[in-house]
Amino acid sequence: MITLNREQEDAIRRHGEAEYPHECCGLLVGRFDEAGRKTVVEVYPISNAREAEARHNRSLILPAEYMRGERHARSLGLDVVGNYHSHPNHPCVPSQFDLEHAWPTWSYVIVSVGEGARARELRSWEMRADRSRFDEEEISRGS
Amino acid sequence: MPVTISIPTALRQYAGGTSEIEVEATTAGEALERLTTTHAELRKHLYNDQNALRNFVNVYVNDEDIRHAQGQDTPVKDGDTVMIIPAIAGGATTEQEAVAANAPALSNEEIARYSRHLIMPEVGMEGQRRLKAASVLMIGTGGLGAPLGMYLAAAGVGRLGIVDFDVVDESNLQRQIIHGTSDVGRPKVDSARDRLSNINPHVHIETHETRLSSENALGLFRDYDVIVDGTDNFPTRYLVNDACVLAGKPNVYGSIFRFEGQASVFWAAADNGRGACYRCLYPEPPPPGLVPSCAEGGVLGVLPGIVGAIQANETIKLILGGDSQTLVNRLLLFDAWKMRFRELKLRKDPACPVCGEHATIKELIDYEEFCGLKPPASQEEQSDAREAKSEEITATELKRRLDRGDDIQIIDVREPNEYEIAHIPGTTLIPLGQITNRMSEIDPARETVVHCKMGGRSAKAIESLRRAGFEGRLINLAGGITAWANDVDPSVPKY
Repeated sequence: MITLNREQEDAIRRHGEAEYPHECCGLLVGRFDEAGRKTVVEVYPISNAREAEARHNRSLILPAEYMRGERHARSLGLDVVGNYHSHPNHPCVPSQFDLEHAWPTWSYVIVSVGEGARARELRSWEMRADRSRFDEEEISRGS
Repeated sequence: MPVTISIPTALRQYAGGTSEIEVEATTAGEALERLTTTHAELRKHLYNDQNALRNFVNVYVNDEDIRHAQGQDTPVKDGDTVMIIPAIAGGATTEQEAVAANAPALSNEEIARYSRHLIMPEVGMEGQRRLKAASVLMIGTGGLGAPLGMYLAAAGVGRLGIVDFDVVDESNLQRQIIHGTSDVGRPKVDSARDRLSNINPHVHIETHETRLSSENALGLFRDYDVIVDGTDNFPTRYLVNDACVLAGKPNVYGSIFRFEGQASVFWAAADNGRGACYRCLYPEPPPPGLVPSCAEGGVLGVLPGIVGAIQANETIKLILGGDSQTLVNRLLLFDAWKMRFRELKLRKDPACPVCGEHATIKELIDYEEFCGLKPPASQEEQSDAREAKSEEITATELKRRLDRGDDIQIIDVREPNEYEIAHIPGTTLIPLGQITNRMSEIDPARETVVHCKMGGRSAKAIESLRRAGFEGRLINLAGGITAWANDVDPSVPKY
């Protein structure tokens, strides 16, 4: 389960709309509890509307950008607990490609953005430890 | 003091919940090996089934990506930190991802054909499917394009575009091994297509029998992933470069002259926009005539074979991705005579007019004019006037006058080895480079005809002599010894 409040969810949606028709992406900074549940404290947007090379490499978040995000999280005494990206004109369901390139434990929040740059559905996914598939993860709105 | 491995949050539960683990190791690869031996669960997230690091796993030693060092062999010493940094990939909708998701499967026939690729983890099924999904546009099917096209076709690149407007000439066969003797006179794209399809019928070949121009370049480039420049002239080289920068495509570059070759990958968008382009290396073309073409200067036949094969190698690595190191920001220099490779580091020029921070070139320009091969309209008259000053004679007319017994001295300004191939009887050989120093050997009282292979160098020789103060009458043999062989004496070999 991941706790993501309305304000954070809105930030992700707005980011997806701003980058449409390109993909947006960012990190979710927060904390894990003992049971592995995640609470997002901050949405950390990463640059997008990518240069050609990044598209070629199919990267959403490059190593240097990740390191910056990780350092930011540590400076707040927090961890990276997942990431988010948008699927322009496509349902918010992870692709086979997403699966092949996923990390365990983390939340993968995907927002679908459709015609007219309107953000639609937003869901969160977590990969199984055996890498066989993604399971949808419950999003708690917190308090 | 051992090496510290820093574990990303996503993997901590597989590493006993800690963020840092210390191991004894001498290389980055060994450190990871130790780590995954003690924490076996980590292994499947870091390595794929072929035991290679997953392509979205980045390993840094003290802030440096090991891909930019010696890969898994990068040495580590006590106190170093090895960081596992996730590159986060995903998404379902960009063009490339659609390609990856729909990357075509391989038939059993293809699996048999590509088995030597498939058994290497660096290629494997995934890499071979990427090759099949990829498209490459080769500019030119000459010396460089020949091995390039043949290796790319053999490697199983799914779609190969070839651009050439030329026909196969006998003088091509010494190095352009994609064409054969029976192809002489055929359009090069047709000859190349036949050869490539014969090598690998699984490859889809697209021929573009046209001269690459500012008008058609962007349209042609749009449909291909990688562009490979196998041309031999400056205007096309700058055109390919600028069009690649504007289209955001990698330009796999090669050039050859006599015994020397160069290769690089010019890709302005690479490395987060830090890749150099051809203009970062050579902002301006050389003055026309300074750098002779292969037709004038010659080229060892094997040289384009080596340089073109390097271009094929780099193209395949760009398609495979992974942790290979390409020639981005590196210029490879090869000397076939001394058998020596050297390498120069390239840097993006922040002031580059096409890929720099404040680029001024936003669309393709007139590259003939840029390279000084076509004078701007205002200068045209002047240059016409200059040309009018140099007197010319045709081969037939010269023959007629010699037969009539006119007193004419003929100066051959080619190189001695060219003279050995063929010469006009009764001529004096003074190579262009020596012409002013040996001016005294030319009698100004007699009428003088100057010739070379095609008429270009002899025109330069006349200009140099005039500038040096030679006062006699100088006449250029139009079309050089080639015209003589065509129109006067067919027994003289053409080269």
